[in-house]
Amino acid sequence: MKRSRIAWAIASKDLRIELRSRIVANQILPFAAVIMVLFAFALDSDSVLQRVAPGLVWMATLFSMIVLVQRSYAIETEDGAFDLLRLSGLDPIGVFWGKTLALVVQLLLLEILLVATAILLYNTTVSGAWIGGIGFLGSGWVLLVTTLITATFGLAAVGTLYGGLAAGFSGRETLLPLLVLPVVSPVVIGATRAMESAFGTAGAVVSEGWSWTGLLLVFAVAFGVGGSLAYGPLIEE
Amino acid sequence: MLGVLAIIATAWLVAFGLGFSPADRDQEESVRILYVHVPTIWVAYVAFILTAVASGTYLFSKKHSLGFDRFAGASAELGVLFVGLTLIVGALWGRLTWGVFWQWDARLTTTALLFVTYIGYLAVRRLGGDPHQRARRSAVMGLLSVLLIPLVHWSVRLWRSLHQDATVLRPDGQVKMDGLMLFSLFVGVVAFSLIYAWLVIHRTRVLWMEDHESEYGLEAAVEQRRAEALETPSSNSTGGKTDG
Amino acid sequence: MEPTIECVDVVAVMGGFPVLAGASLRADAGEILLLQGPNGAGKTSLLRVVAGLLPVHRGEARVMGIDLVAEPRRARTHVGMLGHANGLYGDLTVTENVGFWGSTVGATAAEIEAAISRMGLAERLADVPARKLSAGQKRRTALACLIARRAGVWLLDEPHSGLDAVGRDELDAVLRQAAAAGATIVISSHELDRGTKLADRVLTVRGGMCL
Repeated sequence: MKRSRIAWAIASKDLRIELRSRIVANQILPFAAVIMVLFAFALDSDSVLQRVAPGLVWMATLFSMIVLVQRSYAIETEDGAFDLLRLSGLDPIGVFWGKTLALVVQLLLLEILLVATAILLYNTTVSGAWIGGIGFLGSGWVLLVTTLITATFGLAAVGTLYGGLAAGFSGRETLLPLLVLPVVSPVVIGATRAMESAFGTAGAVVSEGWSWTGLLLVFAVAFGVGGSLAYGPLIEE
Repeated sequence: MLGVLAIIATAWLVAFGLGFSPADRDQEESVRILYVHVPTIWVAYVAFILTAVASGTYLFSKKHSLGFDRFAGASAELGVLFVGLTLIVGALWGRLTWGVFWQWDARLTTTALLFVTYIGYLAVRRLGGDPHQRARRSAVMGLLSVLLIPLVHWSVRLWRSLHQDATVLRPDGQVKMDGLMLFSLFVGVVAFSLIYAWLVIHRTRVLWMEDHESEYGLEAAVEQRRAEALETPSSNSTGGKTDG
Repeated sequence: MEPTIECVDVVAVMGGFPVLAGASLRADAGEILLLQGPNGAGKTSLLRVVAGLLPVHRGEARVMGIDLVAEPRRARTHVGMLGHANGLYGDLTVTENVGFWGSTVGATAAEIEAAISRMGLAERLADVPARKLSAGQKRRTALACLIARRAGVWLLDEPHSGLDAVGRDELDAVLRQAAAAGATIVISSHELDRGTKLADRVLTVRGGMCL
């Protein structure tokens, strides 16, 4: 199918560029890790850090995500490729999903790093055994992975949509955080609560977390569909 | 005409809100703030819904009339203004009644996010470009922004309901209202609706004039440009040849 | 035969100023058309209208018989415009750049290879990252991308600028070849000499009109 072919072409191109330039690995991931260390300095208490670790993970994800989205479009605007991309009659839904999928992969890497940092530096633990023990859905790990995936799709869709809008206007990159951050607030709320359940923060239990992944899923679907429809009109000018 | 009505209604609201209506038993005089607080948020929601309706009409109608786009923009500007008023006035009321300016209550949080979202919408409107490009872009943003309202509201409500540790909050429904207070509130709604209607009409008109100012100049500019195209060769090259 | 580009009395506006004041233009497949005229005459604006970067305010514009106002997306698939930017991804090689554009339309590996060799980029250049190419090689890689995505109408804004003498000759050679293969090529230039040697037809643009 033509649409999936375009999406695949764009996603693999974006990831190949990142593999080669290593900007994400050498600059953005360390940036995210630095944020986590700075949080520890600012809050200066093991028990507080442990209590707020899920929130910090998602705040660091958001800040880094803004940089990731800007990088995702910087490779397009560097030599005017974005003009070709939006004015070559390519199916915009395909372009949208291509950019979104590449962002999903990068965001997931980022989140895995941040969760690992939280476990190492903030002394948090994931409740429940790997799989089994208390049963499949009772495992904090299963909840954690589900949360990461559903939250990431929502974030990536929003980032791709508004990043494309801002990238069409050079010198207006500062618009991106203003547009993205209020929109993703449901993800912050949902993903933080779900992660609190997965970590067992402040006595939260795993079963509570599953209702939040429902919210994350609805958000991802809403902006997956909304973004597919809105991307074309927003970037093709 | 509408302006005069708006002024009369405002005077009426001042008379009832500050004069005739009684002070509340619990909230005392601070209850009078609600005569501004409640109508402004009501009008703001109406303004945002009208923005979305106008955006949709622009996008899906055959004619793609720019009038709907200008109305959507004017309405969103006023919506942001009124939400801003609601938040300021609400914070003052909260300080007097709850002792704090801000509560992480579902309704408050949703309102604050709504405020920021529409500031973003207005920023996108100002990105410039051809009027139709602006209109299409803004219309899509206007529709995306209303899509967000239920999502944000749902998530924030879920968040607050699971965290019962917050200070117990008196829902607005529990405020005891006597007849005169309810009437004053009604006057407030009428007054602010009239103010909204009056301002939105004039703002739309100003936006129309801004768009047409360039249109009027355009015909003359096109003619001038054509003349430039046809004159230059005759005065330079052709003229030079005949002289020589 | 139907012209591949047809503009009738096009008015286009930028920031309230009529950059085009009723420009008309037609171009056929296999021809190289030169738009010549002073800076600010509207050469670039005319190219931008055909590329879909600048909306048609009034008048008609068609590419391959497809109306630019009514069906912009379908019209754009046939058009490729290059300004001073080449639209290349600096970290990808020539083959990967051309291959990317080819893959968006489902071009075969043979097609992509042919596009690269037609632009004289085969052998040692094919695996060089685009960032490391010379200005002329970058320009030709960008043209190879147009071939790979099967765009038959090429709009080249000052294609010779920034190239040395060798680069210019190489570019001219591949453009002639592409036109012979059926592409419609419109180039704009303020250097009349350079362009006229290459072009089949010269059109003077002045005051937002084609004379």
